[in-house]
Amino acid sequence: MGHGHDHDGDHDDDDDHSELDPMDVRVRALETLLTDKGYVDPAALDELIDTYQTRVGPRNGARVVARSWVDPEFRDWLARDATAAIASLGFVGRQGEHMVAVEQTDDTHHLVVCTLCSCYPWPVLGLPPTWYKSAPYRSRAVRDPRGVLAEFGVTVPDDVGIRVWDSTAEVRYLVIPQRPAGTDGWSEEQLAELVTRDSMIGVGRPLDPAVPA
Amino acid sequence: MTDAYVSHADLGGTTGHGPIEPEPEGVVFHHGWEARALALTLAAGAPGGWNIDMSRSARETLPNYSDLSYYEIWTAALERLAVEHGLATAAELAAGGASAPGDPGRPVLAAHQVADALARGGPADRPPRGPARFAVGDRVVTRAGSVGHHTRLPAYAAGRTGTIERLHGAHVFPDTNARGLGEQPHWLYTVVFDAIDLWPDATPGQRVSIDAWEPYLSPADSGRTSETVAA
Repeated sequence: MGHGHDHDGDHDDDDDHSELDPMDVRVRALETLLTDKGYVDPAALDELIDTYQTRVGPRNGARVVARSWVDPEFRDWLARDATAAIASLGFVGRQGEHMVAVEQTDDTHHLVVCTLCSCYPWPVLGLPPTWYKSAPYRSRAVRDPRGVLAEFGVTVPDDVGIRVWDSTAEVRYLVIPQRPAGTDGWSEEQLAELVTRDSMIGVGRPLDPAVPA
Repeated sequence: MTDAYVSHADLGGTTGHGPIEPEPEGVVFHHGWEARALALTLAAGAPGGWNIDMSRSARETLPNYSDLSYYEIWTAALERLAVEHGLATAAELAAGGASAPGDPGRPVLAAHQVADALARGGPADRPPRGPARFAVGDRVVTRAGSVGHHTRLPAYAAGRTGTIERLHGAHVFPDTNARGLGEQPHWLYTVVFDAIDLWPDATPGQRVSIDAWEPYLSPADSGRTSETVAA
């Protein structure tokens, strides 16, 4: 196919049958066509992939959460203007242009979904996991959030209200989980390690500080 | 005669989709081609000139949407957009090769521009064209019925009564932007519903919010009346 680029991931994931996968053939053909017409720079594709595979992911969001746990002024800023507060840590841009942070509390458990497609705060969480983009989660998160949470192993007491945020516009939501007990004196870096991706979507909780990672 | 517009992506509240399959945090792509499909889609937006609402419309109207994986949807929609916006012909796609050179006047995303382009993103807020019609705490009724084009009001929240919780300023209006009719910015609101007002069997104490543009909303007291008049 006259195609000399290194396709990241092929060798990790599907070495045995990549040449038989019709989608692999189809996407390569499309890339070749658009490259030959001068519309796509394959090096830019490599750069885009590298960005979301190695640089932009949920560790960014974990830093935002950990900062909010140790810095009351930052926490207030996050509540007032999450876009600016998050930008101050260097996390900006595509699919995070308009950020809102919602804090888990003793009274309300927050959960984020995009029922219409796959809207997700890329600068702080990276690309969404497959389940977030798939019909089971998108269909049920709004109608049966407690059932969905149970599938993730999260039980919310009956006296705690559930609030589901359906991301139907360009506003992106980041859930700020509650700081786990038993972390007094922990550094921001240590705290960030407790913050899971799922806890920032609302389908999980931070790791237990008593259990070594 | 126009074909009816059908979105296959409006899944909120629908049933029969099976269990959720959680996956660990480090998994980004499952096959090499998924990464290429994502990157191609992001890069082709520059020469293609389409907007995010056109992309969503192209994806949600794929007839076999529900049979496709996420990146299969992206790939099929990219092929469609590439033809509709003149990046390639259907014959070139079928043949898998270029039959004519591209237009050198179209912008192309170079590798060294990627970081800046991603950091810039595509903000959707615009100067408002007038004052906001609603204030925090106002009760509103959402638009009922289908509109025959791309929209971002989920079916489960159509014709329902909720409360304005937050104003986000004026944002690009997907309903027109997806059809090439311009950005026509409108005020955007977070509207929160008691789940019981969406589904009679919902658990009390559960709330669901959407972000809704002003044309989707009427005042709750007169909402019924205007629907009756319109009918």
